Amino acid sequence: MRAALLAGAAWLLPAAAYGQAMEHDHASPPSVEAPAAPEDNPHAAHGGEPSGTALPAGTAPPPAVAKNWAADAYHDPAEMGRVRASLWKEHGGASFSQILFNLAEYQVRKGGDGFRWDGKGWFGTDIDRLVIKSEGEGRFGDGVESAEVQAVYSRAIDPYFNLQAGIRHHVSPNPSRTYATLGVEGLAPYWFEVEAAVFLSAKGDVLARIEGYYDQRITQRLILQPRVEFNLAAQDVRENGIGSGLSDAELGLRLRYEIRREFAPYVGISYDRSFGDTARLARRSGEETAATRLVAGVRAWF
Amino acid sequence: MTVLDRRTLLKGAALAGTGLALTPWLPAWAQTGSAGIVKPLPTMLGPDVALRIAHQMITIDGRSSHAIGINGTIPGPLIRLRQGQVARLVVTNDLDEDSSIHWHGLLVPFQMDGVPGISFPGIKPRSTFTYEFPLIQSGTYWYHSHSGLQEQMGHYGPIVIDPAGEDPIASDREHVIVLSDYSPLHPHAIFRKLKQMGGYFNYQKQTLAGMLGGRDQPAKERMAWGGMRMDPTDISDVTGSTYRYLVNGHGPSDNWTALFRVGETVRLRFINASAMTIFNVRIPGLTMTVVQADGLPVRPVTVDEFQITVAETFDVIVTPSEDRAFTLVAESVDRSGMARATLAPREGMAAEVPALHARPLATMKDMGMGAMGAGAMDHGAMGHDMAAMGESAPAAEIPVFDPSHPEDPAQAGDAMAGMNHGAGGMGMRDFANAPGVKKSPTVQTISPMPVDRTGERGQGLEGVEGTVLTYRDLMAVHRNPDVRAPGRSLEIHLTGNMERYMWAFDGVKFNEITAPISFVQDERVRVTLVNDTMMAHPIHLHGHYFELVTGHGDYAPRKHTVNVLPGGKVTFDVTMDAPGDWAFHCHLLYHMHAGMMQVVSVRAAAGDGA
Repeated sequence: MRAALLAGAAWLLPAAAYGQAMEHDHASPPSVEAPAAPEDNPHAAHGGEPSGTALPAGTAPPPAVAKNWAADAYHDPAEMGRVRASLWKEHGGASFSQILFNLAEYQVRKGGDGFRWDGKGWFGTDIDRLVIKSEGEGRFGDGVESAEVQAVYSRAIDPYFNLQAGIRHHVSPNPSRTYATLGVEGLAPYWFEVEAAVFLSAKGDVLARIEGYYDQRITQRLILQPRVEFNLAAQDVRENGIGSGLSDAELGLRLRYEIRREFAPYVGISYDRSFGDTARLARRSGEETAATRLVAGVRAWF
Repeated sequence: MTVLDRRTLLKGAALAGTGLALTPWLPAWAQTGSAGIVKPLPTMLGPDVALRIAHQMITIDGRSSHAIGINGTIPGPLIRLRQGQVARLVVTNDLDEDSSIHWHGLLVPFQMDGVPGISFPGIKPRSTFTYEFPLIQSGTYWYHSHSGLQEQMGHYGPIVIDPAGEDPIASDREHVIVLSDYSPLHPHAIFRKLKQMGGYFNYQKQTLAGMLGGRDQPAKERMAWGGMRMDPTDISDVTGSTYRYLVNGHGPSDNWTALFRVGETVRLRFINASAMTIFNVRIPGLTMTVVQADGLPVRPVTVDEFQITVAETFDVIVTPSEDRAFTLVAESVDRSGMARATLAPREGMAAEVPALHARPLATMKDMGMGAMGAGAMDHGAMGHDMAAMGESAPAAEIPVFDPSHPEDPAQAGDAMAGMNHGAGGMGMRDFANAPGVKKSPTVQTISPMPVDRTGERGQGLEGVEGTVLTYRDLMAVHRNPDVRAPGRSLEIHLTGNMERYMWAFDGVKFNEITAPISFVQDERVRVTLVNDTMMAHPIHLHGHYFELVTGHGDYAPRKHTVNVLPGGKVTFDVTMDAPGDWAFHCHLLYHMHAGMMQVVSVRAAAGDGA
């Protein structure tokens, strides 16, 4: 085939005629001389028989897979091997990372303002990642009231969701606790970012958390984020002030402006409430069971 | 006056020896940005050409940033060769990393094709590699790095091979128009951001303001798309939010200018050397006659506008008969920016620069529901069903399994009821519709009913006025060299996941492939590319031309790169006549880098076939 192309003659003979047509008439598209097929029936280029791409394809089986690399015959196979390995890895196999603080905020509270954070970082490939998560809150002057760190192995199980397993360490309130954790995280239909996990402590306590948020774009850079978080417990964990059932919930509404995608200051409102036994425990220790807070912070990632 | 001096000098260069009197006609209102840069690309005349790859600065619209150039320019010099010569291209790499040059569209022995790891080991830093091959074709081509992401930084340039005899496409004058995209961000940063957030560069997303303003989908339709986690504004991954779109290395304000004399036939050799940008090209006030596609002559087709996907080339003839300037507009397909140049009888002229068109929104057809027919599938009916489907899978359930998951019939059953309009099923990720595709997170969607869209205009051109080129309009001037029926057929699915920014053929990224796609030398195969994604993919096969199966029998247009529209399919016949290993990939640079690539092996039939 290549020889046919190389022969070149096929290119040049009709070409000359074509060129002349072009020179004679600039305004209208030049007509094409031989070897023109009848324009109205291009399928029947020669003698009315279908030809070329008009023909149906056969059903021959595919050939055996090539077992060598052609370039190894021209270059040092060891060197080719090294370059090939990096080519392969580079095209689809690279690792990446991201650190994202969805919440990093100042909270206006009754009886002393506080702060809150909720962030995570991941490192790894498209499928397998190490994820570190942290969230917590505190009051200026009193320090951190509650903080936790999770380290989980995350594996993509479908286009949108990751299965995550690892440990969660709850630093405060004292006593600190460590849990095994299993959860899923991902993008649900209608663009909800959701996360759900169960936590099992060394003492056999079972806790669970469900959280989700949605980014409602008002303009390309002004984004309203409603967010919910529910914490649940299978039993009372009195030393941590947790009662069984739905223990507490947070409803948040934050309006951010993306100066850059990576840097978006926000203001918002956060409504926190504890329920059931958790609320009873809180009341007993003189803590409030519901609070509405004005918040201001920065959503940031890099 | 320095301006005058420069103008005189440049005019002298551009219209050398014509003796045209200089008329400094430049009304203030005609000035936009610079007065225009009338500077053709430097030309290296073959067959012996020395090229040097090195870091340099590039100045676009007055702003400088870091780039990689060849022989000191971006694009690199025009390499002008003649059919029948043996080209000897001596390439020196002055970078601190490996580099390479691939001769895009040239039929060369595979070991001269310039893909590190497939054709050769690459060019090490501070070393030289000599490419040597016979030129068996003529036409408009280009060259670029096939190492890492260097191409994005300016490592590309045009090639023109003149026919051995008289050029069948006659013209009084020609200009090479290299379209490209440039970002001050390092390409590795661009890729990282895409991995962190697939929609990072899209500042044309749907918003509340857009819905209220009637620019976006109506609420119901938007709900349906949201239910499928599909973004109809996801047209381009990297956009005008970071790119400047260039003509011959110059930005829109630079106003690169191509000169003509009134009444001349002017041949414009368009090359899309972008990393990521598909362009819609027009010259308001002029019709364009397309005479060549991907370097090979096609029967003239006169159009008002054409879409040029990444890595394609089109030659067009224009005949400006008025003594005025014309604006050459190349809008990025997502309408986030434009490359702009001027065609003018004299330097310093400018014509009106039209505003960008409204950004396109992907349709159900772009999701591969084309075969349903416009009536039944239009947004109302389908949107309703999709919404119904979504309601049965509230977000609070935290579905570990996607409700449209076919592997889980229990979940899929009810949820999909609204989607099952008869035969085939309309699941958006039904692997029964693509048996060869690996079930993996790489595959976000599978087109349930992909259709051949080669007779359609490209994305965003559906509603524009005037005649727009489609692939079906292309017909070869010469009878195809091989008119045998294909011995077998092969289907390859273009798959991806915008959320994780994963791209692959058949759901298998390049780093995961275990075997190349193998062919016996000289076998003729019918290949169908099925686009299971909602984005267009320019698919490029190295070392071969293929004939598009678009109803033109043995005068099929022959191409090296074909744009497969979203949710559509393209069929081509190809004679695998070039032994060796060849790259086969999506020419969107970051798609290839993410894994949308394969090796094609062509081996002699005799012997062990290995």
